[in-house]
Amino acid sequence: MNVLIDKFDVFAGGFWLTLQICVLAAIGALILGAVVAVLRISPVPPLRAVGTAYVTVFRNMPLTVVMFFAAFALPALGSNADFLRLPGLDVVFTRLDTDLPYFRFALIALTLYTAAFVCEALRSGINAVPPGQAEAARSLGLTFGQNLRYVVLPQSWKASIVPLGSVIIAMIKNSALIGFFGVVGDLSQSADQLTSAEGYAFIPVAIGISIGYLIMTVPLGALLDRIERRQAVAAR
Amino acid sequence: MRFTRVAVAATAAALTFTLTACAGEDAGSGGDTGGAAKSFAAGSTMERLNKAQSVKVGTKFDQPGFGLKGLSGKPEGFDVEVAKIITKELGIPTDKIEFVETTSKVREDAIVNNNVDFIVATYTINDKRKERVAFAGPYYEAGQNILVKADDATITGPDAFKAGDKKVCSVTGSTPAENIKTYVKDVAAQVVLFDTYDKCISALDGGQVNAVTTDNVILLGYIAKNEGKYKLAGDNFTKEPYGIGVKIDDKDFRTFINDTLEKAYADGSWKKAWDDTAGKFGAELGTAPAVNRY
Repeated sequence: MNVLIDKFDVFAGGFWLTLQICVLAAIGALILGAVVAVLRISPVPPLRAVGTAYVTVFRNMPLTVVMFFAAFALPALGSNADFLRLPGLDVVFTRLDTDLPYFRFALIALTLYTAAFVCEALRSGINAVPPGQAEAARSLGLTFGQNLRYVVLPQSWKASIVPLGSVIIAMIKNSALIGFFGVVGDLSQSADQLTSAEGYAFIPVAIGISIGYLIMTVPLGALLDRIERRQAVAAR
Repeated sequence: MRFTRVAVAATAAALTFTLTACAGEDAGSGGDTGGAAKSFAAGSTMERLNKAQSVKVGTKFDQPGFGLKGLSGKPEGFDVEVAKIITKELGIPTDKIEFVETTSKVREDAIVNNNVDFIVATYTINDKRKERVAFAGPYYEAGQNILVKADDATITGPDAFKAGDKKVCSVTGSTPAENIKTYVKDVAAQVVLFDTYDKCISALDGGQVNAVTTDNVILLGYIAKNEGKYKLAGDNFTKEPYGIGVKIDDKDFRTFINDTLEKAYADGSWKKAWDDTAGKFGAELGTAPAVNRY
């Protein structure tokens, strides 16, 4: 178990990088997922088709394939995802701004993939709002946008918070893949490096990275439980 | 009554065992080994494998010239041929070898957990690894080099990465990946690691990296496959002695493999193995490296 102490900096660095990509991808996926959810329930058929197509594609494609596309098809199409080099953000998330684009590619893949699930989680929340509410809002003369903003979304948010949390937890676990698509120094890739190049035994290293992921996921799960309990009380 | 039945069963089992063992030996001596019956010290790994008439060898399945499992389903390459030389010396027909894929990250564990009997898999001997496994050999000395596009004149050696503007790709968990990190200014901004070298070549083609680095023999495989597209940038800058991994306390087996290697150097089978495999890529074999009997 010495590796956990000897190489603490490696585990800590891996944790920090994994946390960075998870925070960015979660923000991206929540925004994009909300947009897709709005498309899916919009009254305009072509927009609805776009939303449905998006969810169908990204929910059914394995994440490895999405990652593969981001890492190898984007460069072939001539993009290094430079639009993600956002000024300001790169102060904290330094990897966004490097010339090696794999952090950005991984971020795109993780965001696109997770957004499909975010959309479905939100939609399940929207479906939980009694249809009479939306109909009443319509009959009052609210537009689709107003209806969403003032009547439906505030209520659906409550019902979707727990499934959304599960989606984000799944995303954190999925982020273990980024190390195999060119991102150097995240938790899973660091573990790989320790076991193969430096010859440490697999089990202690695996325990070390598991702890890293658990630190990110368990508190999130506990927080969701709390919110759920509070909601139950509020609903009574 | 009960006792007799057990005794009979035990005798029968022992008899069957002896018979099968004999049959096995016969098959061995009548087959590839050229008639010479093999006898090894009782209790040694060699005896055990010879009795079992089968051996599990760890190798890589994705290294052209050394260990590559293509569509034919049979691994081929220099490592595979070296494994065959050793197996033959054990008195086991080569078709009784079971090749097990041992990627870089599982090699030590495969030996420690008895998943394989020995490993020939472009396995660089180093002190860190010697803490968990033992090495016979080396049977080849490779060296790390750099692959660049044929028209790239800006990279002539690892020092080209010190300025910080050139990017390089290698494979996660490999020795070359660790080595190159000492030459770059900023690991996060200059080093990209994938799980296979094929992906590195894609990154080089796409322009995300300027170079790919690993042992020269692997790079020569890619140069041979893509005539005129890539070249090596300068000379080898490390020495990578490839050894054969065995259990850390199995000194007899190690000595046996070392003897076998020296025999193969002398009778030309080592050179032939090279010429049939990695030698086709134009890689230099050099003189036979002296085995290290530590």
